[in-house]
Formats: sequence, structure tokens, C-alpha cells
Amino acid sequence: MRTMKLTLHIWRQENRNAQGRMETYLLDGVNEHMSFLEMLDVLNEKLIKEGKDPVAFDHDCREGICGSCGMVINGRAHGPWYRTTTCQLHMREFKDGDEIYIEPFRAAAFPVIKDLVVDRSAFDRIIQAGGYISVNTGGVPDANTIRIGKETAEQAFAAATCIGCGACVATCKNASAMLFVSAKIAHLGLLPQGQPERMQRVLNMIAQMDKEGFGNCTNTGACEVECPKGISLVNIARMNSDFLMAQLK
Amino acid sequence: MAKLDSKIPEGDIATKWSKYKSKIKIVAPHNKRKYKVLVVGSGLAGASAAASLAELGYNVHCFCYQDSPRRAHSIAAQGGINAAKNYRNDGDSVFRLFYDTIKGGDFRAREANVYRLAEVSVNIIDQCVAQGVPFAREYGGLLDNRSFGGTQVSRTFYAAGQTGQQLLLGAYQALSRQINMGTVKMHPRKELLEIVVIDGKAKGIITRDLENGRIERHFGHAVLLATGGYGNVFYLSTNAKNSNATAIFRAYKKGACFGNPCFTQIHPTCIPVSGDYQSKLTLMSESLRNDGRVWVPKNKGDQRHPNQIPEDERDYYLERRYPAFGNLVPRDVASRAAKERCDAGYGVGPSKMAVYLDFASAIMRYGKIEANKLKLDNPTHEQIKELGKGIIKEKYGNLFEMYEKITNENPYEVPMRIYPAVHYTMGGLWVDYNLMTTIPGLYALGEANFSDHGANRLGASALMQGLADGYFVIPYTIGDYLADEPTTEISTDHPAFVDAENAVRTRITNLLSINGNRTVDEFHRALGKIMWDYCGMARNKEGLEYARNEIRKLREEFWKDVKVLGKNETFNQSLEKAGRVADFLELGELMVIDALHRNESCGGHFREEYQTPEGEALRDDENYCYAAAWEYAGENNEPILNKEPLTFEYVKLTQRSYK
Repeated sequence: MRTMKLTLHIWRQENRNAQGRMETYLLDGVNEHMSFLEMLDVLNEKLIKEGKDPVAFDHDCREGICGSCGMVINGRAHGPWYRTTTCQLHMREFKDGDEIYIEPFRAAAFPVIKDLVVDRSAFDRIIQAGGYISVNTGGVPDANTIRIGKETAEQAFAAATCIGCGACVATCKNASAMLFVSAKIAHLGLLPQGQPERMQRVLNMIAQMDKEGFGNCTNTGACEVECPKGISLVNIARMNSDFLMAQLK
Repeated sequence: MAKLDSKIPEGDIATKWSKYKSKIKIVAPHNKRKYKVLVVGSGLAGASAAASLAELGYNVHCFCYQDSPRRAHSIAAQGGINAAKNYRNDGDSVFRLFYDTIKGGDFRAREANVYRLAEVSVNIIDQCVAQGVPFAREYGGLLDNRSFGGTQVSRTFYAAGQTGQQLLLGAYQALSRQINMGTVKMHPRKELLEIVVIDGKAKGIITRDLENGRIERHFGHAVLLATGGYGNVFYLSTNAKNSNATAIFRAYKKGACFGNPCFTQIHPTCIPVSGDYQSKLTLMSESLRNDGRVWVPKNKGDQRHPNQIPEDERDYYLERRYPAFGNLVPRDVASRAAKERCDAGYGVGPSKMAVYLDFASAIMRYGKIEANKLKLDNPTHEQIKELGKGIIKEKYGNLFEMYEKITNENPYEVPMRIYPAVHYTMGGLWVDYNLMTTIPGLYALGEANFSDHGANRLGASALMQGLADGYFVIPYTIGDYLADEPTTEISTDHPAFVDAENAVRTRITNLLSINGNRTVDEFHRALGKIMWDYCGMARNKEGLEYARNEIRKLREEFWKDVKVLGKNETFNQSLEKAGRVADFLELGELMVIDALHRNESCGGHFREEYQTPEGEALRDDENYCYAAAWEYAGENNEPILNKEPLTFEYVKLTQRSYK
């Protein structure tokens, strides 16, 4: 088992209004089998013992599915591993003596709450604007009366696997949320159940997206590369096509 | 003593629920908006309840500790959701799902509730499909199914290994629609810290805003707790790091009885512990046991690489011991069998506390089918293997990726190493048929209640129960209570609110003023170790008595020596954790008390003193065929045991057999 000594440069910011800064911490005895967040746990235990404020970061499931965690590690959202959330990144990626820079997901629409914790409620408001199929509980037809081809179902599922972490926004030079928004529009728009509201949905969600202050897409595709769930850029094309059609109607 | 009235309606089990629904009181549409309902938790049970109640017209407020309701831990459920649709034509029915669930729970659940669960299971699938949940489908466009443990039919609906995610997003979207209409007010990053009871009825809650520490009072005509289970008492579990028992434990201390706290589920297939720094354990879905075969070497301490151990030197112990169900025995049985092999010295991996879950034969089997489909002439071993891997990837791809990221081993080539871990808690707040606790107006839904899974939950039944409670039970049963409640709101200046807020503030001040030497996590790990060693997969009287004493000592030390920095008025994650661990330190003792009193083995509760000659759980129906509902009796007093006798009219009480 390999252990290492690391130099961590971490963004510290007391609250929304405070001025933030990078601070440096030395951490010894980091085990290669630890996850990245477990490494931060060890740092925090050490800080508490020293009477220093531990580093705040959002995390919950630690299985890569809840979308809570997310930090920029050495300049990359969720760090260097392909299709991996921060919680699933493991320390065997790093070597003794490494310097690691850890920052929050940065975007005007994602204000910092504390240290590495950001406010991503803009994503919720976009879904609230139309990211659903309007059916009440009860009174729906038998599930197998709606037949959906395997391929269509799989494409819808692939889009629906977005975890809403915000890495796409943090990665995009324009802080665009188009990958996130398009994933929901594609998921619902591909399915027969989503057709009745398809045009209104795209208009409402895009209007909310713009209102939240996210930037536009310039098709560099960085979001797709850094997305931990591999949400495809094709969804943005689907969304743009629906948006165009909706405006023509 | 609390009075336990289960309110099970009269009549035949098959028509109980429908007759009851048409008889219970309802609130007229114009009056519904005058009732404020507080829903705490936004997982499958909470989000579905909040959305459905708002659709009906109630004035709903929903609270979650996460930054968004979409992150509730239901999202991490992998394998699937059961429903008695009988789409496979394999003999499934509502009765069979009911029977399997009762038997799987080792006859410690209430028949009427379980039957209702099986009955509404079919509606859940319809509802989710209508919402756009992208379940797996067959080439003909119809829904696909797979098998899960403890059943001999194929009734599990799924979306790859992310079924919980897709179901939760469906409920989250239904909730979002109501938030957009203003019928639900959402309160993210707010944690419940106290329940307000006025004249014996639940009338509100006290919350803390996790960003700025603001303590808030909220009035509600009814309070619904959908806050999940308490597996994190064990520190290491498959639960999310912040999953906690504070809401249900505060309810217990306010008078709600706690049902069967010792019924915890240890899931057989989790990635083994790898070091002291470990912060949580990761589940590998039970669905993997459809295709994975569990084995250990026949020879003790066999050091060879698993792929070097020939077939006849492997012990497929589940297939050997349980030929009828094989690898798909229920979780409690599979977990104990793994422990038995490891304790006997046959474990594998660096810690020797693991068994293999092997996909090699499934890969070849699927590969041959694919090769036939493609009409390949004399395909090579490698070709077949590649084709087989493709099918396995389609079914479990995300799980295999997760396994590889955590362990750095490729499970397509090398068998997975797995070991049991704490996963789910069948116990929870005692509720009646209406899902109401022993405090009128306070309800518990989903994993937070005790009602449906007895002493062991079958796979793919947690999602079913969460959504059944939220979509199809509470929208009916809440009316029966609210119809008799005045619509007037009680001011949050009422002394009960003031007292509850003061209690919360005192507690926080205490935690912040100790400034001792040990961190919250150190205490939590210590508690977890006691619980795992003495109240885990196997328990005995001596160990439980020892554990009880140790927990008390640890709790005393906690209140003298814990170190929580900072202030209340800031984003303070140490403070959040400290409050939760303080409750775990009390709940852990209650679990031990319950485990000590139940002198029998049933489901996940395995008392070593009570086992059959083959090492199976030995129930004592004569003396323990009841739900234990513990009632708080004040600081340092023994809790009071209330018993709800369980009667079995439709399923015969028998020794459970999966042989």
C-alpha cells in the first residue's frame, strides 16, 4: 500500500459575501485506496483537532449518483478521471509530493455559499419551469399500453441519467447550462408521454435558463468531456431543434 | 402505556383497502387548501406524498436537508422495483407478492399493510411510466423485468442499475411541477430538529437553516416524516453520509412509539471495507445475483488467484445449501451464509472477510446466445466472451464501472469481492393502517416507518413501499384525520413552539460549548464498531448487554469531550453531524434493548442462542409474534414495551425455507 504527502491549495470563503482566498495545507500519510473525499475527511479531522475551521464541501451518497459533490480539482471539474464524480475519484491517481488545487464550481449562477459549497438552486428552478410531464397521481393507463422501442427508451434513459451536479456549467467557458437543460428536454421529448407539452417545455425551460444568468453554448463540447455521466452533446442539438420548431409554431 | 390501535379494517384481505377507501372521511376540495401539511424529506415517499397532496389541493410545505430535493438517498437505489403485474405470464399475482413479502419478512409484518402494498404496486408502475420514467424495455417495446431474491417469479421493473434515480427524478419532477404552481413551498437545506405537539397532536416543527443557522418555527395541521432509515447508527453503511435518524428520534422522544428498532438489514453484496479511513460502504445491487454466482475456495486459506482455482475446488455455497433459490435467497440468508464461510476461514481477499461474486459463467452463457443470434460459425472462446460482456454491460454497466473505480479491479475479468454491509432498517416509527404514529397528526412514510417488511425486506421492495405510501396511501388516509381537525392555524407564538425552539437552542449551545478533545466522527466510528460487533449480523445476550453498557459510557463521554467548532449562525457541517450523532448514541441503545428483549431469531435479527440445527433463524411464534413498539419514558428511564400482536389469517406461519 502506497502512502503520500500532499500539498493542498484549497479555496476558503466564509460565506456568500466574504472575500475568498486560496489556502495551503500539508497532508501526510494519504493512502492510495482512499477516495478524494475521504482524503478531505482526514484533512478536516486534523483541522478540527488543531482548532481550525474544517473545509466545507457538499457530499452525500458518495456513490456518484446524488450529484451533491463537485469541485474543481487541478483545473478540472470533478478532477482528472473520465466520467467520474469527485466522490468516486481515488487517491491512487496522485503521487507523493503532488500539489493539488481544489476550488468550487465557479459560475455567476452558482454563488459560493462557503468554501467549496455552491448554490445550485438555479437548476431546480429550471426543472420547475417545465421539466416534467403534467400528470396527476392516479387515473393513468396501464403501463404496457404505451409501447416504446428499445432504442428510443435507451436514448431517453441515457439523457435522464444526468445527476444535476453542475460540472457542465463549471467547465464551460461561458458557464452555459445547456447540457443540463437539454438532457431533461431530450429525455422527455424522446418519449411519447412527453409529446403534448414538448414545445411549451422547451420554451419555458430555456426562458428560465436565460433568466438565471447562464451563458450560451458555443459548441466547444467541454461539458460533454467533463460530464461524469457522459451526457451527450447530441442532446443540445435536439434541444436547439425543438426550440427552433417551437418558435416557428 | 401507549394505546396501539392498528385500525386494520374488517373484512376479506383482498377487498379491505378498496372498501376502506370508499368509507373513510375526506376533506372537501374547497377546504383542502385551508390545511397546511408539512412533509419532511423529499425522497420517494416524501416527494411523491408532497406532490400528490398538493395535486389534491392541500397547502404543502416540503423540507429536505440537501441543497435540492432531487438528491435524497432514494436516488442511490440500484436494482429495481417490484410490482405484481404478471407481465411475464409466470404466475405472479397480488397474492403471490403479498405472500413472498410476508414470508421474506419472516412473519413479523402486518398482513393487511403488506397486502395493500402488493395491491397498489401495479398502480405505481403505471404512474411512473405516465411520468416518463424510462424503464428498461424489450425489443417489442413492452416493459422488461428481472428477478430478485426471495421470489420465484420475475416481477422487478428496472432502469439499468439506476432505478432509484429514475423513480426519484419522476417524483421530483411531479414535485417541481407543484412548486412551480405555488402549491408546494419547498425548503431545501433545512433540517428538522424538533416536533411541536399541542394538546397531544402534532402541530408543527422546528427547523434549522443549514446555511445560516436560522431556527424557524413552522405550523402544520399534520406532519409527515419521510426521512428514511437509521442505518448510519453503524457509521459504515450503504446510506448516504448525511442520512440520519434525528426526525424520527425526535418524534420518539415526543411520544411516538418506535417499532422493532433492532430489525436492520445487512445486505450481502457490498464492496468490502478496505481501511480505517473508510467513510461509507458501497452496495453492489442484488440484481447482480441474477447472473453472478457466489463462491469461496473449498480449501481454507487458498492463496491462488480466483481465476486459477478450478471449478471442482470452488464451493458455490448458496447453490449447495439452498438448491431451490440458489444465489437468489433473501438478503438475511445470503448475508449470514457469507459470514459463516468467512468466520470458518474460507474468506478471500486481503482482509479474508470477503467472498467472490463471479460473472464468468453468465458471460459465456449470454455470449453463446448472442453468437447464435448472429449466426456465427464456430465462434472462438474470446469472441463469445466479448459478446457476453456486452450483454452484462447493458444490464449492469454502471455497477461494474463503480466497482472498478473503487477497487481498481476489472469485474469482467476477475470475480468481484463482496461482503455484507448495513443497508436498510425495517424498524422505524410504529404506524397504524393510516400510516399515523401514536401521536395523532404525525405520520411516517417509507423507510421511516416499520410497517411492511417485518424482520427482513426483500430486494426491490423499498422503492415500492416508498412510492406506495406517498402516491397511493397517504393521499387517502390523511383525510380521515384532517376532516375532523379545525382549519384554523395555531400561532407559532404558542408556548409549545417557544418551548420546542428553546430546547433546540439549548441543545445546540451545549454541543458548541463542550470544546473537548474528540471529533464527532471519532465518536460515531466508535459507536458504529460497537453496533456492528454486538448488534450486527449475529447477536447474543452477553454481547448485547456489554454493548448497552459501552454505548452508555460512550454517550457520557460524548457530552463531556466532543469537539464542535464554530457557531450556530454559519454553515457548520460539524454542528449538523454532532446533533445527528447525539441522536444515534441514544437510538443505538434502543436497538440493543430491543435486540436483547427479543429472545428469538427472525429475518435480519439473528440471536445466536436461537437457531435451527442447520444454522437458520429459529422463530418463537408462541412468545414473540408481535411488533415491539417502544415508548419513551424520560431521560435515564427504561423505555416501555408495547406489543401489537400479529395475526396471520392468510399466510400460514411456518419455518421459512428456501431449500
